[in-house]
Amino acid sequence: MSLDDLYKETILDHYQHPRNRGQLEDPDVATRGHNPLCGDEVLLAVKMDGDVIQDIAFGGRGCSISQASASMMTEGVKGHPLGEASALAGSFKELMTGSGSTDGLEGNEDLEALQGVKKFPVRVKCALLPWTALLEVIDRWQSAKGEPARS
Amino acid sequence: MAEQTRDTRGNDAATRSNGGAIGTPLDVAAIRRDFPILARQVHGKPLVYLDNAATSQKPRQVIQALVDYYETMNANIHRGVHALAEEATDAYEGARRKTARFIGADGPDEVLFTRNTTESLNLLAYTWAADNIGPGDEIVITTMEHHSNIVPWQWVAERQRAVLKWVEFGADGTIDLADVERLVTPKTKLVSMTHMSNVLGVINPVKDVARIAHANGALMLVDGAQSVPHLPVDVADLDCDFLAFSSHKMMGPTGVGVLWGRRAILEGMRPFLGGGEMIESVGREVTTYNVLPWKYEAGTPNIADVIAFGAALDYLSALGMDRVRAHEIELATYALERLGGVKDLTVYGPLRAEQRGGVVAFSMKGIHPHDLAQVADYDGIAIRAGHHCCQVLANTLEIPGTARASFYVYNTPEEVDALVAAVEAARDIFSTEVSTVVAR
Repeated sequence: MSLDDLYKETILDHYQHPRNRGQLEDPDVATRGHNPLCGDEVLLAVKMDGDVIQDIAFGGRGCSISQASASMMTEGVKGHPLGEASALAGSFKELMTGSGSTDGLEGNEDLEALQGVKKFPVRVKCALLPWTALLEVIDRWQSAKGEPARS
Repeated sequence: MAEQTRDTRGNDAATRSNGGAIGTPLDVAAIRRDFPILARQVHGKPLVYLDNAATSQKPRQVIQALVDYYETMNANIHRGVHALAEEATDAYEGARRKTARFIGADGPDEVLFTRNTTESLNLLAYTWAADNIGPGDEIVITTMEHHSNIVPWQWVAERQRAVLKWVEFGADGTIDLADVERLVTPKTKLVSMTHMSNVLGVINPVKDVARIAHANGALMLVDGAQSVPHLPVDVADLDCDFLAFSSHKMMGPTGVGVLWGRRAILEGMRPFLGGGEMIESVGREVTTYNVLPWKYEAGTPNIADVIAFGAALDYLSALGMDRVRAHEIELATYALERLGGVKDLTVYGPLRAEQRGGVVAFSMKGIHPHDLAQVADYDGIAIRAGHHCCQVLANTLEIPGTARASFYVYNTPEEVDALVAAVEAARDIFSTEVSTVVAR
């Protein structure tokens, strides 16, 4: 185990230069992901165009892992249909808590940098926080639209 | 009753192994040999344990007391007539006498064993406060309190339509007695305050606050979770009405808390939990209660851990609490000096060690406290990161949390150096400017 596994350059880059950090003027859905144990917070806002995430922004405060993961997540889902966003969340969860397979992460190679977090089990929840918020946003949007929630 | 006196605390066992005359420094090397865990390594490096405000480590004397109890005298206490029951009862009540002596209580019957400080505070909220606080009455606390000294009073205020009032702290982490004078009124029934903040490290003038409370007819509750393990605390000197603290932060086992209260007040309060031991007689219609302290100890108590807590009190008494305090002033002074020299680092609380205990919370620009703690852990250094169960304090300071190092008798200046090196390593990691290829 080495700290280099955790604090990879890609992660520090997203932490220091977060993509899509800020607020949306008129979001269709917003939520707050919060880890009460450590205080990490990810505020997530989404502007939809039909079924497509037209714009997404995150705010809040937290450790390098939660904030870098949020930055990567927004990059991965912006401009994509909800189904793809949901699938990406599933693939990322599989990477972090399941088999460790990188299947489904094609085009989002930055996310693989978070794989090293698995060696620091207490930090896995930091990496997952923004994705949990994303799934919450998808759920809310779909139930507002009267569509069946994700299974 | 006869054997506790107020002036023997801390001195009666001063001739034991680690003891020495008051004024001489602690023999830290000898102390460290008493704590088996300090010999272990973490991530291939020697453990540097700086999370004592969360829980302290245990000397072998305490661990042995647990083993001895289970191997030689395990029995339920108070009602048995057999030898083991008698020995266990003596040992359990002996720990109560030691506790009374340690804090200068008027007698062991004023010492109630609970699970922890939190339970001690809740006991008062459900007993004394339920009968003595009514609509429009006031409870005064501070914004630096631990959640355990906030939430029970919020509930009391809600249930009994009372008013919760907050004493704010200043930029240096201290409270202003003028604010206390202003906030405490004849409507105030209780002032509850931490003796020493588990984040700011500040030692509050609880003796002066007790005087203000009493002048207004209010009672004074002192949360001693951080002070009793680290400073000489004497309830007669503080002239408070209640004192709550925990065994596990002062070398004893987890699962034992103490609530000390003035005898007359405890006698007048309704019991907390109902059941065995706390009763005198139980009838179909009428039940009467046991005398102090057993009136508040329903059910089989945590016998083994209370007895081992007694061993922890012996250990601390042998060291002498004045010398414990002197050691921590020395470490805090050094830590404040070293951390103060680190670029982009902010230390919270008073900067004079005399005004504070050995708790030093800090933050670093651009690095989240969890990342600081993670980098420190990699070097085998245990510090804590987060809000430390003080969200009102964190929100007041407008910070998400802090990293916190907290010291005890076995810590050394070299361990402070290791912490500073880890903090600087974290800064190196996070100040590495990485090239950004994607447009922001």
